[in-house]
Amino acid sequence: MAQYLISVLTDSPNLASVEEAAAIDVFNEHLQARGHWVFAGGLGSPDTATVIDGRDGEAVLTDGPFVETKEYVAGFWIIEAPDLDVALQLATQGSTHCNRRVELRPILSE
Amino acid sequence: MTDVDAVIVRAHHEEWARVVASLARRFGDLDVAEEMAGEAFAIAVERWPVDGVPPNPGAWLTTTANRKAIDRFRREAKRKEKHKEAMMLSDVLEPVGPIDDDRLRLVFTCCHPALAMEARVALTLRMVGGLTVSEIARAFLVQEAAMGQRITRAKAKIKATKIPYRVPSGEDLPTRVTGALAVLYLIFNEGYLASDPAKEPVRSDLTAEAIRLTRLVCDLMPADGEVAGLLALMLLTEARRTARVSESGELVTLDEQDRGAWDGTLIAEGHALVRARLASGQVPGRYQILAAINAVHTDAGDLRETDWPQIVALYDQLARLDPSPIVRLNRAIAVAELDGPQVALAEIEGLPLEGYHSFHATRAHLLRRLGRDEESRAAYDRALGLAGNTAEAASLIRRRDQLGGR
Repeated sequence: MAQYLISVLTDSPNLASVEEAAAIDVFNEHLQARGHWVFAGGLGSPDTATVIDGRDGEAVLTDGPFVETKEYVAGFWIIEAPDLDVALQLATQGSTHCNRRVELRPILSE
Repeated sequence: MTDVDAVIVRAHHEEWARVVASLARRFGDLDVAEEMAGEAFAIAVERWPVDGVPPNPGAWLTTTANRKAIDRFRREAKRKEKHKEAMMLSDVLEPVGPIDDDRLRLVFTCCHPALAMEARVALTLRMVGGLTVSEIARAFLVQEAAMGQRITRAKAKIKATKIPYRVPSGEDLPTRVTGALAVLYLIFNEGYLASDPAKEPVRSDLTAEAIRLTRLVCDLMPADGEVAGLLALMLLTEARRTARVSESGELVTLDEQDRGAWDGTLIAEGHALVRARLASGQVPGRYQILAAINAVHTDAGDLRETDWPQIVALYDQLARLDPSPIVRLNRAIAVAELDGPQVALAEIEGLPLEGYHSFHATRAHLLRRLGRDEESRAAYDRALGLAGNTAEAASLIRRRDQLGGR
């Protein structure tokens, strides 16, 4: 089994609509029932981000995201799947249910 | 070339994919498979001239490559226990698809839709076709280092994302087959009509390689009509290759080709495949219809003898599957022969193909036949501005310059 990160991409500040939220719940339950669920969450908007640089011991804080982009990550799933084909199927369903584009990346295991 | 050299070249052609594929399955690692297959062939080059050619070269190569891989893993396992686990896993989990062959797994892995098209093409030529990185780089006019990187990156993605090494299961199979055939057809077309002005207009190395790979897939999936259709389409196109470029390097269109120069053996094989598909009674897909169109063309002694109603009917059938403007453009070319250039021109006006050289070339030919020379000249100029292939450009220039003076 491998783990993958599905990031939800969006360019609008709107949160999920009621219909979308309900669809996401259905997808989450599907992931849990089929043993693919690891973790998931929605993220605050990029306005709420703080960049922290602690490399020199004392933290330097910067208000705002590390890079300004039109599209940003609005939420994510971490899933477990045997291979990319299964992960792609799940990511496709995730995109359909949350009604947004998603990006799929493997979580490195070693 | 000595006899042994010839045997080694043939073994490379016939056995490379099998050796790589069986190693990839056993060790779950394309890098190792590629490298050890290369080593086995290098050992063959050294040993066969001295020891003689083994009775079964394919088995010898696979065994040698396997042994090399195991030696290597043993050495590494001393440092890193993990590799041993990886070796144990590979055979156990794999659900078996409807058709099972290691080489077919290799094709589907290299043609996986999560890889960029250019990566799929390069990887297929390297891993399945056995071309060297420098051969592939030359074929696509890319620096060798860049091509090497493209292949390395693709292999790394396969490994990191765990692209499975298997023939897709039932419900995924048709789209995945379509995807793999698109890779093979792209390789063929790049050879048949190179898109880059710096390249030879027709490169038989790529068309031959595409046919060889498609033949392999066809042998492995004999029940798939589209695979047979694509093979027939390639054979019937390849049959006309030598007649297609004149000695002066100009593209010769179908109406002006010397049909006596067509390759009768390839045509016979292509026709047999098309007939077998027709006899199957199954609904044909895109490649089978295109093959049937080419079968009608290659059946005619000259352009006038061509069964144009049949060709238009086949394009109608194709348009129902694929209602794209390019299909409508090609249909219109047949309509011009059946109902005249006026009708054909009316059908293509307004198609959203402004950036496609063939659209302007077709308009130019039709306008010329209608005696609308000025408009025709303008259309030839548009086509020339977009055409990348040197032989095609030469043909367009000649036709443009034959137009009445201005």
